[in-house]
Amino acid sequence: MSLPTITLLSFGFPQQDFLEEIAKAVQSELGFSVNLREGRIDLGEYYDPSRNQYNGNTLLKLVDSLHVTESFKTLGIFNVDLFIPILTFIFGQAFLNGNCGIASFYRLNNERYGMPRNDLLLMERAKKEVIHELGHTLGLLHCSNPICVMRSSTYLEDVDQKKIHLCHNCRGKLVE
Amino acid sequence: MAKKISILIVDDEESVRDSLYNWFIEDGYRVETAENAQKALHLLESDRFDIILADIKMPGMDGLEMLRRIKSIKPDSIIIVMTAFATVDTAVKALKDGAFDYVTKPFDPDDLTHLIRNATKQISLENENETLKKKVITLENIEDLIGESDAMKKLLREVESVAQTNSSVIITGESGTGKELVARAIHANSPRRFFPFVSVHCGALTESLLESELFGHEKGAFTGAMYNRKGRFEMADSGSIFLDEIATISAKMQVELLRVLESKTFIRVGGNKEISSDFRVICATNKDLKSMVEQGTFREDLYYRLNVVNIQIPPLRDRIADIPLLVDYFIKKYCMSMNKPPASIDPTALKRLQEFNYPGNIRELENMIERAIVIGDGKRISLKDLPLEKSIVNSSTESLDDFERAFILQILHKYNWNISRTAKALKVDRVTLYNKIKKYDLKPSDL
Repeated sequence: MSLPTITLLSFGFPQQDFLEEIAKAVQSELGFSVNLREGRIDLGEYYDPSRNQYNGNTLLKLVDSLHVTESFKTLGIFNVDLFIPILTFIFGQAFLNGNCGIASFYRLNNERYGMPRNDLLLMERAKKEVIHELGHTLGLLHCSNPICVMRSSTYLEDVDQKKIHLCHNCRGKLVE
Repeated sequence: MAKKISILIVDDEESVRDSLYNWFIEDGYRVETAENAQKALHLLESDRFDIILADIKMPGMDGLEMLRRIKSIKPDSIIIVMTAFATVDTAVKALKDGAFDYVTKPFDPDDLTHLIRNATKQISLENENETLKKKVITLENIEDLIGESDAMKKLLREVESVAQTNSSVIITGESGTGKELVARAIHANSPRRFFPFVSVHCGALTESLLESELFGHEKGAFTGAMYNRKGRFEMADSGSIFLDEIATISAKMQVELLRVLESKTFIRVGGNKEISSDFRVICATNKDLKSMVEQGTFREDLYYRLNVVNIQIPPLRDRIADIPLLVDYFIKKYCMSMNKPPASIDPTALKRLQEFNYPGNIRELENMIERAIVIGDGKRISLKDLPLEKSIVNSSTESLDDFERAFILQILHKYNWNISRTAKALKVDRVTLYNKIKKYDLKPSDL
């Protein structure tokens, strides 16, 4: 019997090798096979000019509508600035114990903060965010362990503080 | 496992409710949502929430009105108000009405995290505070009410249950049994514990002094009244007033007291302004008030007004099992206050203490121990340090003969077996005394 598959659905993120690296990290950390797909949708209708950002809630619904039953979980990957009505921005969000989630690499990039480009760091951050949101779809809550990948991150520094791995506790819950 | 913090989100915008719901669920909180204030108030009737996050601008009842209503019912609720249209006025208004914090939508994810973390910290501080208060109260209860006998356990149970009510209490018991300590324990366990406990010894005051003491007086009310003075009823506002030796108050004061207890209002001596005060009355007496009512020396209506709950304190002779504990407690208490190392007690001395009759009850025992520590060698209390006068008139002395034997022996010891002086003290002749000594086979070595 083959392993359940997680689909990483990329919207406007052209660097295939970058995505493949992320897929490998997900497979290694969560133990599912990963399938890469490209989403061909005009994101214009998800853009909110008053906020100059993209609506994370409607994008999450979009990914949910594109989820196929053959896939165990689907995660939409974006490179745009996401918001939800109550918050100024989000790195990503997911349906807890649901089928899908979204993550954006837009605010993970050093250059957005006036710092020099660092592709290796961006890769690390992206892997953490993708695994974090997939963790929510698998039923994991935020973890108080400061180095667990499921630790809540509201700032880039928080993302850098944690590791790419699940802590012993969260892994135990996942096995259950 | 620690209880989950619960959050109620009140906002008319579905997307806001959903976003916050998902955010907090991922953080492990228990979350409920309501689309308007009415639904939120309805939810609050049946459920308890640690934190309420509410929008100000909602159709129907707005967030500020809801805040006021919740605060009037549950003043300790933690309510955070949110608004998309921030003005200093609304922020100040919300905070004045008791909001925990105020945020402008949309907020930074980090601010939201900090906001909830601060609220959670507040909840845990309040819980900790409550636990500490309970601990302090427990300590106050046992501080001087020592004993593990059945009689003492029953008394403590009564104190515990009566403390939670607002009823008047009469504490009865012999002199020295600790009536005021019981009154203090009732107050310390009651919801009034953070307000004054005011004690009045009615028996020590003349009628006019008692009147002024209880009701206060205005400047110039009588010679020497140079200033306005608050009375004890006024001082006991929100707390408890303890009226000791209630049976000693005059007929006039009984009428006055009854009126105050019924109306909870009074006028200072020499004044004309009615003052109201919310106090609980705890009385004590060593007299049989019921018989006084029957004899017509205590008003029946006042008796029933005061005697809603009656707590009877047993005399020490009925709880001799507590004597070792009490002795130990008093030894520690006085050694500490006199800066002496803790002393011990000779088993023979302790045995004699358990056989003593204690007409003065615990106060007498306490005085005996204090005296023994003052005059003793400071290391071990022995029989010679105790002023027991070789009395064996105790609860085991039941027959008249037993009593007579014990009493004669006590007086003989008092006069060092001098027959003439003992006979004189007993108001009998020497022959009668000799006959009694022979009858009871008394010897100087008898204790």
